[in-house]
Amino acid sequence: MDKRMTADEVVAQLWDGMTLGIGGWGSRRKPMALIRAILRSPLKDLTIVSYGGPDVGLLASAGKIRRLVFGFVTLDSVPFDPWFNRARENGDIEVTEYDEGVFGTGLSAAAQRLPFLPTRAGLGSDVLRYNPELRTIRSPYTDEELLAVPALKLDASLVHLNRADARGNAQYLGPDPYFDELFALAADRCYVSTERIVDEFDGPVQTLLLNRASVHGVVETPHGAHFTTAAPDYGRDEPFQRHYAASAKDPELWPAFVDRFLSGDEASYQAAIAEFA
Amino acid sequence: MSDATRAEVAVIACAELFRGDGEILASPMGLIPSLGARLARLTFEPDLLLTDGEACLVTDSAVEGWQPFRKVLDTVVPHGKRHVVMGANQIDRHGNQNISAIGDHTRPKKQLLGMRGAPGNTVNHRTSYWVPRHSRRVFVDEVDVVCGVGFERARDAGVERFHDLHRVVTNLGVLDLRPDGIRLLSVHPGVSVDDVVENTTFELDVTQAVETRLPSAEELHLLRDVLDPKSLRDKEVR
Repeated sequence: MDKRMTADEVVAQLWDGMTLGIGGWGSRRKPMALIRAILRSPLKDLTIVSYGGPDVGLLASAGKIRRLVFGFVTLDSVPFDPWFNRARENGDIEVTEYDEGVFGTGLSAAAQRLPFLPTRAGLGSDVLRYNPELRTIRSPYTDEELLAVPALKLDASLVHLNRADARGNAQYLGPDPYFDELFALAADRCYVSTERIVDEFDGPVQTLLLNRASVHGVVETPHGAHFTTAAPDYGRDEPFQRHYAASAKDPELWPAFVDRFLSGDEASYQAAIAEFA
Repeated sequence: MSDATRAEVAVIACAELFRGDGEILASPMGLIPSLGARLARLTFEPDLLLTDGEACLVTDSAVEGWQPFRKVLDTVVPHGKRHVVMGANQIDRHGNQNISAIGDHTRPKKQLLGMRGAPGNTVNHRTSYWVPRHSRRVFVDEVDVVCGVGFERARDAGVERFHDLHRVVTNLGVLDLRPDGIRLLSVHPGVSVDDVVENTTFELDVTQAVETRLPSAEELHLLRDVLDPKSLRDKEVR
C-alpha cells in the first residue's frame, strides 16, 4: 500500500481536542515540518505528549495546546523554551508533569495494551502530588509498593525518521532512536515524516525502527526536522535556534519571526532558512 | 601556595564525588561536574563509565558502548549502577531538590526545566548535586516542587532501599546530605564557614568543616592542558 501523503494531508486527518504524541527528544529529530503544518491549520485544543523541545514551544506560540504531558521542555543548547515558559507562567496550558522515565513507562504500557506498568520512579516526588489520579500498587511477591503508571494512549503520533519507504517502513541513521517506536505503537495512527523516501534501505537492519504495520502515512520532507538535529543528515541549526529563542523571548520581536518564517508553506520556510544561513 | 582557581577547586570537589564508585556509570550534568568525572577517571577512578552526552559510552579515545536515552530510562537508572550529578534550582533542609518550577505549580512564577529524571534518579541510585552559585535562593527551607526526593519523602514513600543522596558541591564548599541534617564538609580556599552559613537558609552542622583539598600538580596539568585547555571552567565559576 502506498502511504505517501503531504504534511497538510496528515494534518487534515487530525482533529480538535485529540491526544497527539510527538517523537524525538528535546531539540533532537523533531517532526518540525509537521508541526509547522499544524501551525498553518485551524487545529486546536490539543493534548500534546512529548519529550518537549521547540515542537512544544511553537505549538504554544500559536495557542494550540490545551494540555501538555511532559517530563521536561528544553532546547538542549538553550536551557529553556521561552514560549513554553511564557505559556506556563501565564497559566495558559494545563500540564501533566511526569518524570522522564515515568513518561516512557506510560508509553510502554500503551504500546503493550496494558492498563498500567509498575515503576519505582516518581515515588516520594511531587509527580504524585500534582497528578492525584496516579495510584500505587503493592507487589504480590514482596512488600514493595510501586507506582502504577497508566497507559499513555495516543490518538495519533508524529515522528521524523531519516529514511522511509512508501509503505511506511522507517529507519533512523543517527546514534539514538529516542522513543519513536513507542510513540508509534502507543498511538492509533502514526505519521512519519522523512528526509527521503527510498525503495531500498542501506545500513544495519537494526536501524529499521518502524515497520509498516504501525505506520499510516509517510511524508517526504527534506530538512523536515529543522532546526533540530537529524544526524547524520544534519545537525542542529544553532544560529537559527538562538534566533528562534531570542525572538520567542521578546514579544516585540516575535511578529517579525512569524512573518519571515512561519507565514508561508514549507517551501517558503526552507527558502527563508537558506537565506538566513 | 597553589595558584588553583575557584573553578579548579570545584572540579576537584566534583571529582571527589566519584571516589570509590568503581565500575559504574558517572552521569555529570554541566561542565564542572563533567570535568570532575573525567578527571576522576584519568586519576583515581579508572573504571568509571562515561558517555559523550549523547548515545555513546566513550573512553578517552574510542566508543565502548551504546546507551540511547531509552536504555538509560528502561535499564540503566533502575538497575542502579549509576551516580548522577544534577543541577538544582532549590535544595531544602530535607534534601529535596527542585528543577521544575518556582512558585505555584499550576501557574509558576518561573517555569524551569521540568522534573526531568530527578524523581527516578533519586530513588534508584546515588545522586549528588552541583550548584554554581551558593545562595539563600537555592538553599531554602522547603523547595517549591519536589523533583529529587529527600530523606523524609523517601522514608514515607518506602523507597529508602536504593535512595542514596550523597553530596552537594557548590562554588563555596561541599555539603554532605544526611538524614539527620545537612553537614558542611569543607569550604573552598578563600571561603569562610560564615560565608556558607550566611548563604544558606537552613541550619548546617559546621563542626567538622575543613578546607577543600587543592588539586595536585598532576591534576592541574590534566585539567589545564588536557581536559579544558580553553578554560571554559572559569566562565562558570569565578
